Amino acid sequence: MPSRDAYGDFRAALLADDPDKLYDQAPCGYLSTTSDGLVVKVNQTFLTWTGLARDDLVGQRRFAELLTVGGRMYHETHFAPMLHLQGAVREMALDVLLADGETLPVLVNAVLERAPDGTPLVVRVALFDATERRQYERELLRARRSAEAAETRALALARTLQQTLIPPEPPEIPGLDVAAVYRPAGDGAEVGGDFYDVFQVTDDDWVFVLGDVSGKGVDAAVLTSLIRYSVRGLAIRMAEPSDVLRELNSLLLARDVSRFCTLALLRLARVGAGWRLEASFGGHPPAVVLRPGARSLRFGASGFLVGVFDDVEFTTSRLVLGPGESLVLYTDGVTDAQNGDAHFGEERLMDLLEVLGPHPDSLVRGVLAEILDFQDQPRDDIAMLAVHVPTEEPPG
Amino acid sequence: MDAGARWNVHQSGPEGGPVLLFAHGFGCDQHMWRHVAGAFEDEFRVVLFDLAGSGGSDLASYDPDRYASLRGHAEDVLELCDELGLEDVTFIGHSVSAMIGVLAAVAEPSRFARLVLVGPSPRYTDVDDYRGGFSAEDIDGLLESLDDNYLGWAESMAPVIMGNADRPTLGAELTSSFCRTDPEVARHFARVTFTSDNRADLHQVTTPTLVLQCREDVIAPQHVGEYVHQAIPGSRLTVLDATGHCPNLSAPDATTAAIADFLRGT
Repeated sequence: MPSRDAYGDFRAALLADDPDKLYDQAPCGYLSTTSDGLVVKVNQTFLTWTGLARDDLVGQRRFAELLTVGGRMYHETHFAPMLHLQGAVREMALDVLLADGETLPVLVNAVLERAPDGTPLVVRVALFDATERRQYERELLRARRSAEAAETRALALARTLQQTLIPPEPPEIPGLDVAAVYRPAGDGAEVGGDFYDVFQVTDDDWVFVLGDVSGKGVDAAVLTSLIRYSVRGLAIRMAEPSDVLRELNSLLLARDVSRFCTLALLRLARVGAGWRLEASFGGHPPAVVLRPGARSLRFGASGFLVGVFDDVEFTTSRLVLGPGESLVLYTDGVTDAQNGDAHFGEERLMDLLEVLGPHPDSLVRGVLAEILDFQDQPRDDIAMLAVHVPTEEPPG
Repeated sequence: MDAGARWNVHQSGPEGGPVLLFAHGFGCDQHMWRHVAGAFEDEFRVVLFDLAGSGGSDLASYDPDRYASLRGHAEDVLELCDELGLEDVTFIGHSVSAMIGVLAAVAEPSRFARLVLVGPSPRYTDVDDYRGGFSAEDIDGLLESLDDNYLGWAESMAPVIMGNADRPTLGAELTSSFCRTDPEVARHFARVTFTSDNRADLHQVTTPTLVLQCREDVIAPQHVGEYVHQAIPGSRLTVLDATGHCPNLSAPDATTAAIADFLRGT
């Protein structure tokens, strides 16, 4: 606490401080210019900072001429217009040229004073040394730019990953029409968990896989990749779809991750004019079979999730798909599609498929269009695979 | 999206009147014409707009590929004229918009009655014998200045929106976006503007043209204005006794008078 006397002395000194000193030794650079920028008055602080002589400035130089060329351009395109239209400029970052050729980063505040009739009279400019602040801000900006670049790269990576996980079109299979759709939830920036795969084991022996890996993002994508190639390897060694699922279950449990999947595995072998189907489902919605002139029916039991329980049994269901018949596999993004509290549901799907059938392309595209129309927002990925046995062999 | 929202179009004056289309330069927006455009409202249909990426234009539709050269903006001008049904247009372009007007008038001469080029420069950097006034390093310096004012972008909106009495803000019709836009867009537009070279386009102008030049202008020096005048066949050059690059703000009366004189004489 200063003594009463010390405070009194201090006040007296302050009052004795003459205005010229307050102006000249203010802790900021201070300039007055005409409305078009010609310097008419400058304080000592500015002269000390810049090393410029008063006589070289007053009546000689415009404010813009004291700036770097880039700053001069910024002055003309931003500073001057804002000053004229807003009457003031605040915290503009500029660089002042010093007598020794160096530059001084400053923050500038300026006001334009007008006569009562609106005629611009004088511009008052205060400049604050911003050397350290500028360094800090440039570092911030660099950090921001690199964060933005990293985000862009991550987005591109997610898209690339996504592309590798989805075969663009299912292959051509003689004697079978095939179609598939895939629609990731959201804006496509994140890798979704749904996938499908169609591959050949031997002549007229094909495997269809449709799955849904829990979670999203890169971890889910890595697991999806693992599952897809494991299933390819296992399906070639093991004829029974339920055996493949059992092996896959052990494989996922052996990994130290808490992710799991649902999977529909279908093996199709050509027999005469039709195809023999063997299917096993792991926590996955059953397939829908469409028959001409009959009601559609569910095929397969949904079974246990793959990669959750140690001791699980999977079953294999069998069916022959005859000429004119179709089969549809879908992930839960279809039936779980929501509009408010209402779900799209299995009943609605079965009815819709009967209307759309039997061609695979119209089935999958028709359902997708209907779902997109139904749901208020895309909460989940949507994937579908459909096959159809044509009634007649196409010529050739 | 319609023209009104895409380019923040504002119209005034008699609807059937001859059309004056005002285009602003790099840095700010249509408010640059605030002290000039009003003088023509009695007689002319005055149309103001913001270039894509500036002012109140729709920032979401700023496509860096489309606006990778000034031609993208010139196409915008033609689309805008088409959508608003503007014919026999007198295009008044400040700064970079002078060249945008040149490109538009060369692409579709029948659309334009006159061109008024305020502080035009067909090329800002020096090359061979041509003196634009700047070097490539200078342009980098400008981009650095833009960067240095990058961080202030979001925060600077606050005082304007709050309308603090201590800080004289613009009139109610002025928006908070004046001289402010997305920093990345501003950077892109700056690069496109200051690296453009439209010297070859000047010779192709057939529209009656007025070049309005300031006596002292760092961005577009007087000899550049003379170059533009020489290159555009039959053009007229008027030198304003004004300093700086924005006579529409610093010398609005002289600018208005010169434009009015040109409109009467052609």
